[in-house]
Amino acid sequence: MAAAEVRSVGTGAASGRLLLIAAALLFLGLFLVLPLLAVFVQALAKGVSAYFIAISDPNAWASVKLTLTVAAIAVPFNLVFGVAAAWAIAKFEFRGKSTLITLIDLPFAVSPVIAGLIFILLFGSHGWFGGYLRAHHIRVVFAVPGIVLATIFVTFPFIARELIPVMQAQGKDDEETALSLGATGWQTFWRVTLPNIRWGLMYGVLLCNARAMGEFGAVSVVSGHVRGLTNTMPLHVEILYNEYNYTAAFAVASLLALLALLTLVGKSFLEWRQPELRHAVAQARDRTRREKT
Amino acid sequence: MKRAFRSHSILPGFGLTMGFTVFYLSLIVLIPLGATFLKTFSAGWGHFWETVTGARALASYRLSIGASLVAAAINSVLGLLAAWVLVRYEFPGKRIVDALVDLPFALPTAVAGITLTAMFAGNGWVGSWLEPLGIKVAFTWLGVVVALTFIGLPFVVRTLQPVLEDLDREVEQAAATLGASAAQAFARVILPALWPALLTGFALAFARAVGEYGSVIFIAGNMPMRSEIAPLLIVTKLEQYDYAGATAIAVVMLVLSFALMFGINALQHWALSRHGGR
Repeated sequence: MAAAEVRSVGTGAASGRLLLIAAALLFLGLFLVLPLLAVFVQALAKGVSAYFIAISDPNAWASVKLTLTVAAIAVPFNLVFGVAAAWAIAKFEFRGKSTLITLIDLPFAVSPVIAGLIFILLFGSHGWFGGYLRAHHIRVVFAVPGIVLATIFVTFPFIARELIPVMQAQGKDDEETALSLGATGWQTFWRVTLPNIRWGLMYGVLLCNARAMGEFGAVSVVSGHVRGLTNTMPLHVEILYNEYNYTAAFAVASLLALLALLTLVGKSFLEWRQPELRHAVAQARDRTRREKT
Repeated sequence: MKRAFRSHSILPGFGLTMGFTVFYLSLIVLIPLGATFLKTFSAGWGHFWETVTGARALASYRLSIGASLVAAAINSVLGLLAAWVLVRYEFPGKRIVDALVDLPFALPTAVAGITLTAMFAGNGWVGSWLEPLGIKVAFTWLGVVVALTFIGLPFVVRTLQPVLEDLDREVEQAAATLGASAAQAFARVILPALWPALLTGFALAFARAVGEYGSVIFIAGNMPMRSEIAPLLIVTKLEQYDYAGATAIAVVMLVLSFALMFGINALQHWALSRHGGR
């Protein structure tokens, strides 16, 4: 075995390899590990009791509750959309498919701040529907509905773009077999399609949820920053930070960092269950293009 | 022969799922975005032009675009290094490091913002090393670059990894047996194969960085004309109830973002055609 080995680039000199590994780890350590450590060190800088006092503050709790509520509304909406879009795109051939996929990706190209702004232009007091909403005493902007809408917008593509490649890879054979054996469309979906796509579905939900709970820019523009009422966790972090209450800011931030860590663990688990998930999105683009050409 | 809108299939549910997809897409994305463009054009060109070419706006584009280019360039070099090491070498803790690459995707931007500021401030873990050397990062344009490098990091690594995994090692080995040095083989054999993916990763990192807000505003200092990014200028105008001004800047950024998006699509198309029939 060793005799047949030909020296290949970079895998040759052991010292060169070590140098490259060290340089890469230095970069990743500085930009990934150190920030993660810093959140927890700053949060615990004044001791464990100060930490628990900070996270048990009523306004902190209100922000946790609002963040959970917003995610609990936004994620299911985008889940239903993701499943519907993936079914239409992966199971059928139609004209304009790649245009539709590009349009679904559109929110990723929009700055979060602009995502918030567009809902102010629609529902704000000077907006298109501002007069109507005022007349009927409905508040959208600077209230919870605006936060939910902005969150739905920024997390819009997440589940669809994970599910489309997964469903494309599954093909249509299983569903066609079920239908020819006499199953109805819904039965086929619940008993055949859904079990096939479950890991991809969870993957999409996981990523969508992480962004929904962590979104800052879009939510910041539409929130109005009413403490205890329209502050999500990231907004509460900002307010505490701007008041120079660093320990409390980092304490709430540490909860969000824990959420990020849990997301990464869940993501790794799902990629271990189904390795194709890792590069699924890139492959889907390839497949759609190849069909076109 | 005229092609039908969709080819025949025995699977049910096309009408329902397609209908819902188009309805929801229009309601959440297309109509709100369209309304934003309409709003700008209804306000008149004179005011629009005055706002988007004002000195303060131009300074904010310059910072947003300039810092994003620098950050994407840093990520291209160091991201290539990280992707190479993660694909080609074995070392303890590799799987954890690989999973951590996605941290900038998973960590809320506000948390990243305050944490990087704490690290790079004069009394921070990194800042206290740089300050004596005369390098101030926090509250300068360098801080903007640091934040944008952080959030753009996964794009280059994740775009390069699958391409590096697919790379045919026999070609490198052939180059080595023919007497090429490691550097020659890298420059003449590996790099040409990586160009499309590297460019795509660069463009994705740049596109994300141009619109970024949360991680930047804490570390930037936010001085008008000096360290104010374009998204922050939009927020500032909104806070002054200058809706027309905010929308004008937003439209300029949207046009830039959409142009980038189509550029990236074309890049990926090119990358695919270079891969050939594989």
